[in-house]
Amino acid sequence: MDIQLQKIGYSYAKGTPFEKRALTDVDLEIISGSYQAIIGHTGSGKSTLLQHLNALLKPTEGTIQIGNLMIQAGKKVKNLKPIRQKIGIVFQFPEHQLFDETVLKDIMFGPLNYGVPADEAERRARLLVEQLGLPEEVLEKSPFDLSGGQMRRVAIAGVLAMEPSVLVLDEPTAGLDPRGRREIMDLFHKLHVEKGFTTILVTHSMEDAARYADSVAIMKDGRCVLSGQPIEVFGNEQRLIEFGLAAPRIVRFQREFEELLGYPLPILCLTEEQLVNEIARVAQVERESS
Amino acid sequence: MMEKMIFGRYIPGDSFIHKLDPRSKLIFVFLFIGIIFLANNIISYALLVVFTLITIFFSKIRLYFLINGLKPIIFLVIFTFLLHIFFTKEGDLLLKWQFIEVYEEGLKQGIFISVRFLVLVMITSILTLTTSPISITDGMETLLNPFKRFKLPVHELALMMSISLRFIPTLMDETDKILKAQMARGSDISSGPVRERIKAVVPLLIPLFVSAFKRAEDLAVAMEVRGYRGGEGRTRYRQLKWDWRDSTIILVLIIIAIILLWLRS
Repeated sequence: MDIQLQKIGYSYAKGTPFEKRALTDVDLEIISGSYQAIIGHTGSGKSTLLQHLNALLKPTEGTIQIGNLMIQAGKKVKNLKPIRQKIGIVFQFPEHQLFDETVLKDIMFGPLNYGVPADEAERRARLLVEQLGLPEEVLEKSPFDLSGGQMRRVAIAGVLAMEPSVLVLDEPTAGLDPRGRREIMDLFHKLHVEKGFTTILVTHSMEDAARYADSVAIMKDGRCVLSGQPIEVFGNEQRLIEFGLAAPRIVRFQREFEELLGYPLPILCLTEEQLVNEIARVAQVERESS
Repeated sequence: MMEKMIFGRYIPGDSFIHKLDPRSKLIFVFLFIGIIFLANNIISYALLVVFTLITIFFSKIRLYFLINGLKPIIFLVIFTFLLHIFFTKEGDLLLKWQFIEVYEEGLKQGIFISVRFLVLVMITSILTLTTSPISITDGMETLLNPFKRFKLPVHELALMMSISLRFIPTLMDETDKILKAQMARGSDISSGPVRERIKAVVPLLIPLFVSAFKRAEDLAVAMEVRGYRGGEGRTRYRQLKWDWRDSTIILVLIIIAIILLWLRS
């Protein structure tokens, strides 16, 4: 499902003294099956933007095209349920949305709301608990008895159980330890590849965006100031600094390395593995030529 | 949805009303509530309405915004209006249609009560719109100070009040967040049959309670860690100052009360 945002703008509390502009003229195209990262500082409008992606907020200006559904500023849209099922959102700190008596019931909540039969919902829940690396016993426990990391996984399972085709992630690793962070991000990437999800990752981690995304958009003060492929965006360090952001650590490392080396490497590497291979290859070439 | 609520909200500003001492504003509102009941005919009610409009003018709050914020209580006003219309059976019969009978006195009372209600809500809204919650509690605390002698825990009450006021916006945000998360999971509070909607409240309330308790606990720990020991010997960063403005408005109110006493029939 392609998602197209055209010139959208959004103001909170429009028409009151508390009116606050959150988005201005945002254009963004998310192609089906791609991994899109949206990066920005706190307050840059990225969370507001993501709530537009399944019509939790409707733009005050511009239009949004989600699959076949067209949302225009100022016009009412009926029946948003099918769209909300197709687009699963994992909010920041998703464990805050847990409420049911048992983990099983909580995971089944989403699918049941969308009319999935109970036995199918249960099957999905059991499968997801296993996929997310949780022990089977948790299914009968209260979600409030779990550890923070486990709660996070259960909440994510609750969104995945709706079997969306687009997965929107709002800082999914906030507050997790580095290992849990990597595990969850790898898991989302695996799902992205295996299930052909369109993934939209909202983050302030340059590293995550560099490692996983096919396409990157940078938000600043409610505008989308820079977008393109990760290599273009992260290669342009000058612009990044203008926007108060730093290039991913690995890019900065490569730059320092190139300074010592005396000439630039042929490609810009976005992951540690890539850089190691590239340096090894260059070293090989050097050795052979000398 | 909740963006339009104006109860308990504060709009910073520098109008005449903003600059008043919270104590004088509190005294003003309490006296005003009493004075409203003096009005009992058209001219005295007209005076109250004019006086309220003047107050609004001095607070520099847009009338449109204030009226928009009153929408949630309109239902209550209409309800009391109808009660009076249907249950007061005095004066001339104005209208008779099947079993519905409207009497002159009923209509008059209905209008008076509605006006009284609206004026009351507007004046109290102006108090909260022009006074920060902290100032209100400061004012309350000083006004209640004499009651300490009767073992009234004044400081604790003021603290409780400021904590609850402080957490209204936080809990509102939290509600909004959880509501959206559950909506994304297909729960629907705003449409469908009533039974379903009531059921849809549970996934909203439980996480809200859980987080409210967590916050309360965190706050208690944070206060204890910083050695909070109640109001004994506590000094203030913001000193309250009573000046000519404050004396003026109390005086104006007393004059209004005298005029009302004279106007009432």
